[in-house]
Amino acid sequence: MRMTGAEALIKSLEKEGVDVIFGYPGGVVLPIYDALYDCKTIRHVLVRHEQCAGHAADAYARATGKVGVCLVTSGPGATNLVTGLANAWMDSVPMVAITGQVATAVLGTDAFQEADITGITLPITKHNYLIKDVNQLPTVIRQAFELARSGRPGPVLIDMPSDMSKAEIDFKYPEDFTIPGYKPVYKGHAKQIKEAAKLLTRAEKPIIYAGGGIIKSEAWKELKDLAEIIEAPVTTTLMGKGAFPDEHPLSLRMLGMHGTRYANYAIMDSDLILAVGVRFDDRVTGKISAFAPHATIIHIDVDPAEISKNVVAHVPIVGDAKTVLKDLTAAVNKIEKPYADKTRWHAMINEWKKKYPLHYHQDGQIRPEYVVETISKLTKDKDTVITTGVGQNQMWAAQFYSCNTPRGFISSGGLGTMGFGLPAAVGAQIGRPDAVVVDIDGDGSIQMVSQELATVAANKLPIIIAILNNGYLGMVRQWQELFYNHRYSQVDLNVGTPDFIKLADAYGLKGVRVTQVEDVEGVLKKAIEAREPVLIDFMVAREENVFPMVAPGTSIDEMLGGIPGAAISQMIDEQEEEEKDETYPVGTRGK
Amino acid sequence: MKHILSVLVENKPGVLARVSGLFSRRGFNIDSLAVGPTEDPDTSRMTIVVDADNLRLEQITKQLHKLVNVLKISDLDPRDSVERELVLIKVSAPPNMRPEIVETANIFRANIIDVSKSTLTMEITGTADKIQALEDLLRPYGIKELVRTGKIALARGKLAEV
Repeated sequence: MRMTGAEALIKSLEKEGVDVIFGYPGGVVLPIYDALYDCKTIRHVLVRHEQCAGHAADAYARATGKVGVCLVTSGPGATNLVTGLANAWMDSVPMVAITGQVATAVLGTDAFQEADITGITLPITKHNYLIKDVNQLPTVIRQAFELARSGRPGPVLIDMPSDMSKAEIDFKYPEDFTIPGYKPVYKGHAKQIKEAAKLLTRAEKPIIYAGGGIIKSEAWKELKDLAEIIEAPVTTTLMGKGAFPDEHPLSLRMLGMHGTRYANYAIMDSDLILAVGVRFDDRVTGKISAFAPHATIIHIDVDPAEISKNVVAHVPIVGDAKTVLKDLTAAVNKIEKPYADKTRWHAMINEWKKKYPLHYHQDGQIRPEYVVETISKLTKDKDTVITTGVGQNQMWAAQFYSCNTPRGFISSGGLGTMGFGLPAAVGAQIGRPDAVVVDIDGDGSIQMVSQELATVAANKLPIIIAILNNGYLGMVRQWQELFYNHRYSQVDLNVGTPDFIKLADAYGLKGVRVTQVEDVEGVLKKAIEAREPVLIDFMVAREENVFPMVAPGTSIDEMLGGIPGAAISQMIDEQEEEEKDETYPVGTRGK
Repeated sequence: MKHILSVLVENKPGVLARVSGLFSRRGFNIDSLAVGPTEDPDTSRMTIVVDADNLRLEQITKQLHKLVNVLKISDLDPRDSVERELVLIKVSAPPNMRPEIVETANIFRANIIDVSKSTLTMEITGTADKIQALEDLLRPYGIKELVRTGKIALARGKLAEV
């Protein structure tokens, strides 16, 4: 069929099953927007800043498992998208970004709104393409989607010069295509799996450390099956939140810098770590030379470059989490029971759980943890997606929201992008229109993207925007308090911050301010039932800190805070530590 | 330890930037990089010399493999491969010194490819040691300019194929 490049682009997206594009028009994408005008199957969501097109497409992908698509113009449109791409890249999110580009005839001449976006995004895309022959377009789109969603997913960018949009081609969507240099491995090595199974059944103190890879490969059932068979406790990363139910008896919740004490103690004390779909990030391992000194490490990942990148794996298994976990469970089941006795291990962990639960002080002020906990309680049996900003709000959300379903918690992990929460909520709500979507945000984070309230209003998205307003850049303030001698440099947001209720009102949205702790539950309840957009400004205790916390550069079992009844600076319960040494001697490290 | 990586890549625009960008942003050092088309016009071969321990080399190789345009990577074992480098040297050569310099060049089987009133330019191929030795001998005369291609290398033919 004869058509223009722009029409072929839209047609190709239709063929890929795309139903939503997040975008923002501009000069060189006019032909594409013109073609989109006639398209009946694709909904275009107009954001108010290109960065948010990226974040919305990103969260759409995380909430649905589909590839997120965004479309922006050249130059500033494309450079504004850079943070969105970097965010998706760091968290391995399948995304296809289409940027307009100046016409090929003027490429490289510093033409109006020209930016070398393929050059700029080389390090933050899985791959990118500059279309110089319009006949290649359908194949490129086909390849881009394949690259974005297969193997270790990631963003792929297609740069589309304006003359390519206008040029005519005979459209045919390719059935067969090859990407010669790209062969992701899905099936794990049989011998390694056998070895891993043997270790898993023999370990006395095993732990499963699960991450975003579980969610990407939809391996949550396989993870749960294996954990239950070998009775191993499971700790999840921020990206893995929801991969294993937080309220499962085997769950240790999140580990790392703001993880639970019991998760960090357990991984440090373990004799075997089964790491799946994780990358031993510094926020998880703390001081890397001190990390899990007694443990033999089995590392499963679809990206071979992640294995032994930060921490040497004793049993490396390259493969897709779902496939490998299935094979691993089968291999474990072939080994005759009884497996190693873990009674002491579970007793120890239960003791830690009892002694060091996540907790906070209730003293009449609104504690941010309480707000999150209440959201958790009220949405428990509902299909819910939580999105977060970055900083304290994010960590309280990760700690106190109990996520029991995958794709229920969407946060900017690797890049730590402040402002992610609101556009992410937009993407999630559009992908899952019936879900309760709550953006747990900070007063700092939301001000980076507050223009997206317009997108919420225009699309009547029933998002609950819960601002934990402490009038500070709270996480920076916390570090200044703890490590910079209370010198609060440039973190006080109280002056200049808008009245969020008036701001919501300006966009035609409902806004509620909560200043009394006893109003928190009622307001939230109403908001959840209302199914309309609402911004709730929770005036929380200003100098509340996120605890426990691992100080930067220290081992993850040396935590600040998080001991009920103890002074904040107290790191370890000394009596407990002695007991620990006695009962669980060091030196059980595997071969 | 020095390693010679022979990297077969798709002959597409931007591939060199992808490879060199990867090295710089991940903090891998390149000693030299030479690139040119192969017998197949759709592919190019890069010969990259890197100084890295085994763990680091493994990481470099894995990261390179992730580039979609990279087709094949071989870590060439010096015992089973041949390597060459071409160097052009412009040395100052006043008439009275000229015979001496030409003599030295001949010993090294370097070719004189340009002569001017005050300079001689020669080409030499060979191993790093040989090139270094010639460079050292020519230095006292005054090396005006020098350019090297960087190493290129291929695995030796298998004995069975001979």
